[in-house]
Amino acid sequence: MADYDLIVIGSGPGGYVAAIRASQLGMKTAIVERESLGGICLNWGCIPTKALLRSAEVLHYANNAKDFGLKIDKADFDLEAVVKRSRGVAKQLSSGVSHLMKKNKIEVIMGEASLKKGKPAPTVAVKDKDGKTSEYKAKNVILATGARARAIPQAGLEPDGDLIWTYREAMVPKETPKKLLVIGSGAIGIEFASFYNELGSDVTVVEALDRILPVEDEEISAFARKSFEKQGIKFHTGAQVKSLKKGKGKVTADVSAGGKSETIEVDKVILAIGIVGNVEGLGLEELGVNVEKTHVVVDGFGRTGVEGLYAIGDLTGPPWLAHKASHEGVVCVEGIAGGKEAHEFDPWNVPGCTYSHPQIASVGLTEAKAKETGRKLKVGKFPFIGNGKAIALGAAEGMVKTIFDAETGELLGAHMVGAEVTELIQGYVIAREGELTEETLMHTVFPHPTLSEMMHESVLASQGRVLHM
Amino acid sequence: MAINITMPALSPTMEEGTLARWLVKPGDTISSGDVIAEIETDKATMEVEAVDEGTIAQILVDAGTEGVKVNAVIAVLAEEGEDPDSVEAPKGEAAAKPEKADKADAEKEKPEPAKAEKTKESDPEKTTEKGETAQKPREAEGKDVSKELAGTPMKLADVGSGKDRIKASPLARRIAALRGIDLSSLKGSGPRGRIVKADVENAKPGEKSAPKQAESGAPAAAPQAGPAPDGLILPQVLDDRVYDPESYELKPLDGMRKTVAKRLTQSFMQVPHFPLTIDIKLDKLLASRADINEAAPEGVKISVNDMLIKASALALMSEPDCNASYTDKGTAYHKSAHISVAVAIDGGLITPVIRDAQTKGLATISREMKDLATRARERKLKPQEYSGGTFSISNLGMFGIKTFGSIINQPEGMILSVGAGEKRPVVNDKDEIVPATVMSVTLSCDHRVIGGAEGAKWLAAFKRYVEHPQSMLL
Repeated sequence: MADYDLIVIGSGPGGYVAAIRASQLGMKTAIVERESLGGICLNWGCIPTKALLRSAEVLHYANNAKDFGLKIDKADFDLEAVVKRSRGVAKQLSSGVSHLMKKNKIEVIMGEASLKKGKPAPTVAVKDKDGKTSEYKAKNVILATGARARAIPQAGLEPDGDLIWTYREAMVPKETPKKLLVIGSGAIGIEFASFYNELGSDVTVVEALDRILPVEDEEISAFARKSFEKQGIKFHTGAQVKSLKKGKGKVTADVSAGGKSETIEVDKVILAIGIVGNVEGLGLEELGVNVEKTHVVVDGFGRTGVEGLYAIGDLTGPPWLAHKASHEGVVCVEGIAGGKEAHEFDPWNVPGCTYSHPQIASVGLTEAKAKETGRKLKVGKFPFIGNGKAIALGAAEGMVKTIFDAETGELLGAHMVGAEVTELIQGYVIAREGELTEETLMHTVFPHPTLSEMMHESVLASQGRVLHM
Repeated sequence: MAINITMPALSPTMEEGTLARWLVKPGDTISSGDVIAEIETDKATMEVEAVDEGTIAQILVDAGTEGVKVNAVIAVLAEEGEDPDSVEAPKGEAAAKPEKADKADAEKEKPEPAKAEKTKESDPEKTTEKGETAQKPREAEGKDVSKELAGTPMKLADVGSGKDRIKASPLARRIAALRGIDLSSLKGSGPRGRIVKADVENAKPGEKSAPKQAESGAPAAAPQAGPAPDGLILPQVLDDRVYDPESYELKPLDGMRKTVAKRLTQSFMQVPHFPLTIDIKLDKLLASRADINEAAPEGVKISVNDMLIKASALALMSEPDCNASYTDKGTAYHKSAHISVAVAIDGGLITPVIRDAQTKGLATISREMKDLATRARERKLKPQEYSGGTFSISNLGMFGIKTFGSIINQPEGMILSVGAGEKRPVVNDKDEIVPATVMSVTLSCDHRVIGGAEGAKWLAAFKRYVEHPQSMLL
């Protein structure tokens, strides 16, 4: 006899959303969490970093108050208070999740879960704080255990919680490092680089690939790099940290690029060299779950191939994004319910956002990837300097780029850098999901004065019809 | 800039065709005038010549694909020196405009069936002022404003309106228009059955639920949409309970079979036919023929049919009321006798036309007829050679058929069915029963334009010419 229709393991944005959707569909649902409801996203990821970055942004404006005709003698910050605010935000949201679970009659089981063979789905064993293990049976089990920062111990790239940080330590600093080395220039690395740079740290970023934000469009990458460099962040691209040597309150990094080596001495190092799935200790091997490079292999509905067992979110691989996890959770549950609404997940419609200063947001194919498809393209670009609202905001640095299939008018990709672009991108995501063509977008009325007008202009530009340039 | 090669309309009535064969492959360099493909149209196999030069970049419609709509893009040509990577952001107007106009043109015309303007297409002058240069998706260097505006609303596949509106995403509609896919034939997999890109991409180019409604003789195409199969032809479902699938061989319909089916069904159902039969003595005609052939120069051999063609033409001149076509706008009385002659060929039937037959000598008619029949069997007739007749003759005499009534070959007003000439006892002027060579002919008339009396008069005239062949010389 099954205790539940569905047990979700992990209560991050993938797991708890899946649980809510399951409850909506009438399933008797339980969710297992080993630490805090809401997972990394709410507690140690998306949300608290946004709180930190907001403080940095306000500080930036305060530091540049005279640009707005304001007088602030000396803007300063209280790091402890900044962190406290961030933790407060996380806590508020975590308790929000607790409330959502209650409201949806989802049973929360606190403890560490593992799986055993069972029918019709693997049996879930949960070890609680006191070491007591209880077993639960469900018709379906969804793994949503998430991921964690990758480490390379051989090169000393291993967090120690003191000198070498992951996002987790970086989020609750006791003091601002004078010199900071960020290894990895993906969204996480860039956000912390941007944050600490704003707080006055001397920040160096090392990236193994030849450009920063390597998943973004090349042009956007280059634009962002210039902007960060202007703010004082140093970049070493095509470079690798060969070793990290820890001294007393210091770390010496051996950075090699193009055959040349350089030694960089810093106070702190942030490791942002990728993510590995939390696949250990779950009993996946015994069940015969297919794991590749620390990620569980699944199909478009999250099926693992083991009867009754599903996986969603970071655990299943990139892009490691909360909204991707939530969406997969919904798709997976609807697939289980067999409803007509079930709609297979399209990874190309997942927007990516980086909340640095400036922000970066994108959806779909980069120009290079679009070219690889062999299609004939029409590319439109519009700079922030041509937009009234951007100038009024004092944020005239940035651009909006759109890539269309010249023949079908399909929006293949949209890429933006600049103020508030993370709030704008969803317009293009809707365009992609709704299969709107350049024509529909050109026919759309964009309100004036808004930054969104640039989205219109970029589309017009792709057709040689730009108005304000 | 890449150039789209589109399905040409090889005859005014052509709406779709079968892309029979490609004579080029991607990577081939072609120049203007090269034959690049063969297309099986209504009734013939035609060669497609390249208009532009360049390198075949992509073939979009496979050989053997049936029902490829006129103006559907069938291949893409890269111009000489074209670098695919140069397709860049339109930095200025110049970069974007020609291409857009280009595309707009391509799409504008897609769903339109063959149009009268299409004649413009052959005009090498590329930059016309109007945007509607049908099936000319290339060109357009011009920056004419009206053209640009005309190009702005890109053509989308029709989704109908009101209750029957088909739900489809803008992208799906656009791709459908580009590829000539009829949305009504697709099932949508999107929310609430909305047709999305994936549905259209999975449909084969040129695919549609059923051929469009029959055109009414005139080239202006009938409105399509809706799943009406071949106009009036209701699809006969092969039911396994009626015919065991093992018990027959299914042969796909080719262009000719479809056209024959469509046109004859349409005529049989729309035209009020009535038959008039008369017996005609052939002895004099046969004697004249023997005489003529004996005296004729080497290589000329007149057939009975050649003489009947001539006689028909002269009878039409004598009875001009019978050389008529019923049209929406009025009865068209033709000034000349263009005689369509039914020729049975492998896989169907075709009616090549002897034009102005009343003015032509028997030797000319005979020579033309031989040439047309030969090329008809090879399916090499040009569309203008099998259309435009004003009257038809069908002769089954060689099979011993005594009488039969043919279906009118619209928009012609009459068709003559010629039976076998045979020895029959006839009563002569002196009330004696004597043997004579007699044939029965049946004239099927379109009662909308031909009355019984007119038909009878025509038959009398025809009979006079056949029974007194020398009168054909007058």
